[in-house]
Amino acid sequence: MTKQKTYIGRRAFIKTSILSGGGMMVAFSWLASCNLTTDQVKTLPKEWFKINGFLKIGENGLVTIMSPNPEIGQNIKTSMPMLVAEELDVDWKDVIVEQAPLNTDIFQRQIAGGSNSISSSWMPLRMAGATARFMLIAAAAKKWGVSVSEITTKLGELYHKASGRKLGYGKVASSAAQLKVPKEVDLKETSDFSIIGTSKKNVDGKKIVTGQPLFGLDYKEEGMLIAMLIHPPSFGMKLKSFDASTAKQMPGIIDVFEFNNYKENQSKGSFDLSAHTTQIAVIGNFTWEVIQAKKAVKVEWEESGEVTHEIEGWGGGKKTFPSKLESTQDHLKQMEEMSLIKQKVIRKDGDPERAFKNADRIIERTYTCPFIAHNTMEPMNFFADVTKDFARLVGPIQTPEFMEAAIADRFNLSKDNVDIMMTRMGGGFGRRLYGHFMLEAAVISKKVKSPIKLIYTREDDMTSGTYRPSYHVRYKAAVDKNNNVTAFLVRAGGVQESCLFANRFPAGAIENYLAESWTIKSNITTGAFRAPGSNFIASAEQSFLDELSEFIDKDPMDFRLELFEKAINDPIGKQNDYDASRYAEVLKLVKEKAGWNKQKPGVSRGLAAYFCHKSYVANVVDIVNKDGKQVIDKVYCAVDCGIVVNPDSAKNLIEGGTVDGIGHSMYSQITFKDGTPEQDNFNRYRLIRHSESPKNIEIYFVENNIDPTGLGEPPFPSVMGALANALYKASGKRHYNQPFSVS
Amino acid sequence: MANFELIVNGKTHKVDVDPSTPILWVLRDHLNLVGTKFGCGIAQCGACSIHLNGMAVRSCQLSVASVGNGKITTIEGLSENGDHPVQKAWIENDVPQCGYCQSGQIMQAVSFLRSNPNPTDEEIESAMNGNLCRCSTYIRIKKAIKRAVKS
Repeated sequence: MTKQKTYIGRRAFIKTSILSGGGMMVAFSWLASCNLTTDQVKTLPKEWFKINGFLKIGENGLVTIMSPNPEIGQNIKTSMPMLVAEELDVDWKDVIVEQAPLNTDIFQRQIAGGSNSISSSWMPLRMAGATARFMLIAAAAKKWGVSVSEITTKLGELYHKASGRKLGYGKVASSAAQLKVPKEVDLKETSDFSIIGTSKKNVDGKKIVTGQPLFGLDYKEEGMLIAMLIHPPSFGMKLKSFDASTAKQMPGIIDVFEFNNYKENQSKGSFDLSAHTTQIAVIGNFTWEVIQAKKAVKVEWEESGEVTHEIEGWGGGKKTFPSKLESTQDHLKQMEEMSLIKQKVIRKDGDPERAFKNADRIIERTYTCPFIAHNTMEPMNFFADVTKDFARLVGPIQTPEFMEAAIADRFNLSKDNVDIMMTRMGGGFGRRLYGHFMLEAAVISKKVKSPIKLIYTREDDMTSGTYRPSYHVRYKAAVDKNNNVTAFLVRAGGVQESCLFANRFPAGAIENYLAESWTIKSNITTGAFRAPGSNFIASAEQSFLDELSEFIDKDPMDFRLELFEKAINDPIGKQNDYDASRYAEVLKLVKEKAGWNKQKPGVSRGLAAYFCHKSYVANVVDIVNKDGKQVIDKVYCAVDCGIVVNPDSAKNLIEGGTVDGIGHSMYSQITFKDGTPEQDNFNRYRLIRHSESPKNIEIYFVENNIDPTGLGEPPFPSVMGALANALYKASGKRHYNQPFSVS
Repeated sequence: MANFELIVNGKTHKVDVDPSTPILWVLRDHLNLVGTKFGCGIAQCGACSIHLNGMAVRSCQLSVASVGNGKITTIEGLSENGDHPVQKAWIENDVPQCGYCQSGQIMQAVSFLRSNPNPTDEEIESAMNGNLCRCSTYIRIKKAIKRAVKS
């Protein structure tokens, strides 16, 4: 066992604290059972005893474990409680999971983002279980009059071997709850894990397949009104005037008014900013009536001119939205121009200029991708009930902590008077990091003096911004007479953001290396999209390395492994932010599992590997020709994400990320004409469908005892490169521009 | 506004709504049956799939006035205890990620299997092509359908 302190500095990981309630609810349940059939679940206890903020135990031994972070489909509502249950040493079938509200006094980092939920909670959640177990042991020791060291636990029961006595956790829970939190606790060795590393089914599974209310859009309260928005049709436009006289007369319509997300001089954070700060709200009794009334509002728009916001905190600074009505054609031209001139140097090793000058041959390629919309299946929505004294909000949000501050600021409330509850989310992918829709809901609620639920239509959702940026990358490599790569340039940028990661591979593996970055200002809002930046540069980099290996007449696998050998044995520079051995390991694993060295007749294969969010993924994509059509027959995935908490669920996430990567690089794009998005619903915006999905996906994990790292994002970027390389083998044509189906 | 009598999950409900109201919003806003999801509003995503007389339809395109005496089944009424073979197969394969589209996927799959109880992979893909899953659980959906066929 490993001793762990329960306090670090002034901050306590574990506190005994009373949890705040979930507010008034109608037919909305926050509990989930690990058991999928009700008859197996023990009857609910008469009384719950709170051992700490993370868990409570009933007198009959049933345990409720709080899942602190927002659930967006990454299945942390199952895997986070697994960490607690493991150290508590309880039978998983006696566990009930409850979604925790936002409570930063008890829980840390209640954010779903950066694939960080499990990795950042790995110790705190285990310690929550371990401290509770210790307190139960201490309570039993007192009851039996024996030393704590004589007591063992197993599956929710306490044992005193010498006397043959045993007790269920529930029998000592009330006295354990009175005890002080120990100063340090023992944690299990990984070899003793009995829950972590075993597949546990989604705790909400039964509710999902029976259509129970789980999502923000399903949330209802008595007296709640429905609100919808009308926002400018184009980026660079603002509201001039509107006439709602007809709309206001329509059945069920309560009000139509103009509102601003922000108060004057409000400090704005990166996570609450919207391109459209002034919008029209349409309020009514029922959704369909509001949808109809929305169409009846006559609106005039005008060009907004340049708009500047002061952003505080993370990603802060002055943010200027230029005045132009932008078009995709202009973006492509601007990006190409930027890529042709020397840009800001982010990293330089050796003397790349000289190496390029002395090169025997040079290969240079450029890659682009379009904006894409997150398109969570559940459109943006939020419930708000805001009075002058209190703001209560319920709904799907990845960043409740940040939004609590924004709401408090907007309404001059203390954070204590802002209550946020997170519902299960119908997808996040980064979109719900940006909670301007919470501000909108809150402002509307206060103005109409009623609880409301704000709902975006799909069109509102797809055209209101916060897209994955459009990126552009230029690569150039120098080769000597012996086909050694002597210099490497990556010059990466994009509209609003750059996708450069200067210290990632192949930095560290090439003597003369230059990484440059640039951005173009735009009034189109962009934001994090599953594996930000990586979600394009992986594809570009892995396509270029493939073409480079062909250029020097090397097998693409051998070429990559040689580069990693160099990075392992004789790394260039000290800033390399990847572990070259683990990187090489996933490549070797996929090489073995896919049988890379064996030619498969009729199969066109592409290879790629990428590192992001502390995890490593390598893919081989197999394309076959079926009835004259290219079909993705199989994708092999080799993954190193450290200890795998919930293997079948992890595989689900990897399968999904793989298909998602293929889908977005192959089919999806938002294009602009004079500031207007040209796609506003799924008839024009293409998402991958059943028939386009790969026929099989095989997943292999590198087995190690490294603390878990990210998994929501890492499976997404690499496969795009493997697909591009397989498409080349299948058709002889290199794809430089996403989406591949259009290029 | 007009009065309509609807047969939903074996029960008769009376609603007073505009005749153009799609069944999707009648179910969600008036009958508190929120298992049927809003995804696109133009029959492109399948999240709102329900059964009308046993056949899968997109409830966002089905006006309340057009239903008549048709029998509507939603995900809530698909089985008594959530134990329809397709629902069970979904749980056995742990299909959902975010879960939002899954009631629509299940309603589509059940309807499809009634018309084709022993489908090929291609037939499954083709029948399910109108149902988007943004988490891309397509591989598991196909496995679950095949599992349901076996049971």
